[in-house]
Amino acid sequence: MAGLLPRASKRLRLASSPGWQQQQPATSQHVGQDENKTTHFGFETVAENIKASRVASVFSSVASNYDTMNDLMSLGIHRLWKDHFVRSLDPGIATSPFADQAKQGQTILDIAGGTGDIAFRMLDYCTTVKKDTTTSVIVSDINPDMLAEGRKRFSTSPYQSAGRVSFLEANAEDLSAVESSSIDLYTVAFGIRNFTHKEKALAEAFRVLKPGGVFACLEFTPRLRNPLMNAFYKRWSFGAIPLIGQIVAADRDSYQYLVESIERFPSQEQFKTMIQDAGFIIPGQGSEGGPRGWEDLTMGIAAIHKGVKPA
Amino acid sequence: MPGKTSLQAFKQLLSLPSSVRRRTFSVLHRPPPNYPGHVPLTLLERGGLAIGSAFGSLRNPYRHDLIAALGEATAKPYFVSRLRRAMLENPTGRRILRDKPRITSQSMSLERLRQLPANTVGHAYAAWLDREGVTPDTRDSVRYIDDPEEAYVMQRYRETHDFTHAITGLPVIIEGELAVKAFEFANTLLPMTALSLVAIVRLKPVERKRFFEVYGPWAISNGLKAEEVINVYWEEELETDVDVLRQRLGIETPPDLRELRKKLRDQMKAEKAAKDARERLGATTGV
Repeated sequence: MAGLLPRASKRLRLASSPGWQQQQPATSQHVGQDENKTTHFGFETVAENIKASRVASVFSSVASNYDTMNDLMSLGIHRLWKDHFVRSLDPGIATSPFADQAKQGQTILDIAGGTGDIAFRMLDYCTTVKKDTTTSVIVSDINPDMLAEGRKRFSTSPYQSAGRVSFLEANAEDLSAVESSSIDLYTVAFGIRNFTHKEKALAEAFRVLKPGGVFACLEFTPRLRNPLMNAFYKRWSFGAIPLIGQIVAADRDSYQYLVESIERFPSQEQFKTMIQDAGFIIPGQGSEGGPRGWEDLTMGIAAIHKGVKPA
Repeated sequence: MPGKTSLQAFKQLLSLPSSVRRRTFSVLHRPPPNYPGHVPLTLLERGGLAIGSAFGSLRNPYRHDLIAALGEATAKPYFVSRLRRAMLENPTGRRILRDKPRITSQSMSLERLRQLPANTVGHAYAAWLDREGVTPDTRDSVRYIDDPEEAYVMQRYRETHDFTHAITGLPVIIEGELAVKAFEFANTLLPMTALSLVAIVRLKPVERKRFFEVYGPWAISNGLKAEEVINVYWEEELETDVDVLRQRLGIETPPDLRELRKKLRDQMKAEKAAKDARERLGATTGV
């Protein structure tokens, strides 16, 4: 059915081609005349200045069943991804009986971390594995409902009373509430694909990180490496996930947006370039035939990108 | 090239009249919607929606959206088309299909209805809404039925469900809803109405007995012998006398369910009080 392929791929792009094209050469856009600029919201084209509020309403709507839905959509695998993400980052300071007791713990900033999945894992890892009780996490999210879920989760944990977790309602593209060069580790898990301007978020990440600080991003990829597995995966995404959203969360449209926004995200290569353009050094690069600059998870359904701010 | 022959076969498939060929598309390239909010579903998706919403609504009967989705997923083939044909065969039904009126809290002003004379349909409707503590909220929009007119038929059925409650006087509690659903099954033949009767397992034994002895038989016999309720132009019948309408449609009022339950509750309370008094008396006299 080779002749039908262009039609099918055009369907996937739908009418949002102008918006889709516009999103790609991000750095060459200039700032004036905001009203005319459009971006993608899933497969829809929307004005840039309303994308954030559209995303906000999606996440307000999904906040209460967020964890149940994640389990159903990824068949629980998201837990493994998040565990691996945190372990591979090895947060927290190394402590020893002879170490200086007054040594400062790390400051971790978890962006779009509303419900606190990553923050919790970070703090548990520091406390349990590294025996570090001083590292703290700032949980930041643009959506107050997601942040409320996070606050609820932390309210019964020892971290709340120890003052190791704080909550910041902020847009990742404007972290003026965070001082420059004050963060040791900046993480964003499954959030960056919803940002209107990923480059601005990357630039802010670069600003708030200390020299030598680490940027880490866990995100879905737009397609799998293996074409056959990709075919199954896409059909699961576009068929089963909105259906599960309808049945479990009474909200087909939000989950339709979520799978469409995954489709619109840049590929691992493109995203790696965006991270480099923001000024980060990608670890492990620079040698012939060396690692590609990101880590694929579960056949490439998700990927971990890391960058280090040069000293 | 294997692509060539399957392309020819596909073209032949497309050239068949649309009523004959099964629509084949994948979730990756859905056809464009036929009306705002329309989501064309594949057979597999429809099956998944039917099963998921059936179990979901059984687990949580307050999920009206799942009951609605179950109705849409099981309406085709045949059932919603038969209902539409029933509307086309009736002059009032034809007018409803032509006008496509929608019942919303704006189109049904409760203040106006409450002021109507006590024996009118409109007043009975407002009185029922007040008694049950519900409002004529906008019902979920139909999304999963492909033909726009059949989608309207489904929407109309959903929006006039409360009127069926009002003229039969059945309450919103699960027992009342099941009685109305049984009536609607006998009257409209929509599969969802029959499937929702599975919720009988959620009734208490006393309620189940009452359903099988009183309300079930009432529902089936009245639903079958009555005129098709889908063909009633409710917006025009608001000032009609309720008894006249019921007679015209051929519907008898069932026993007042809330009254029956209240009587039974009072009886049980009286019996319990008497038993307690006897025990207390027995305790003091040492018998």
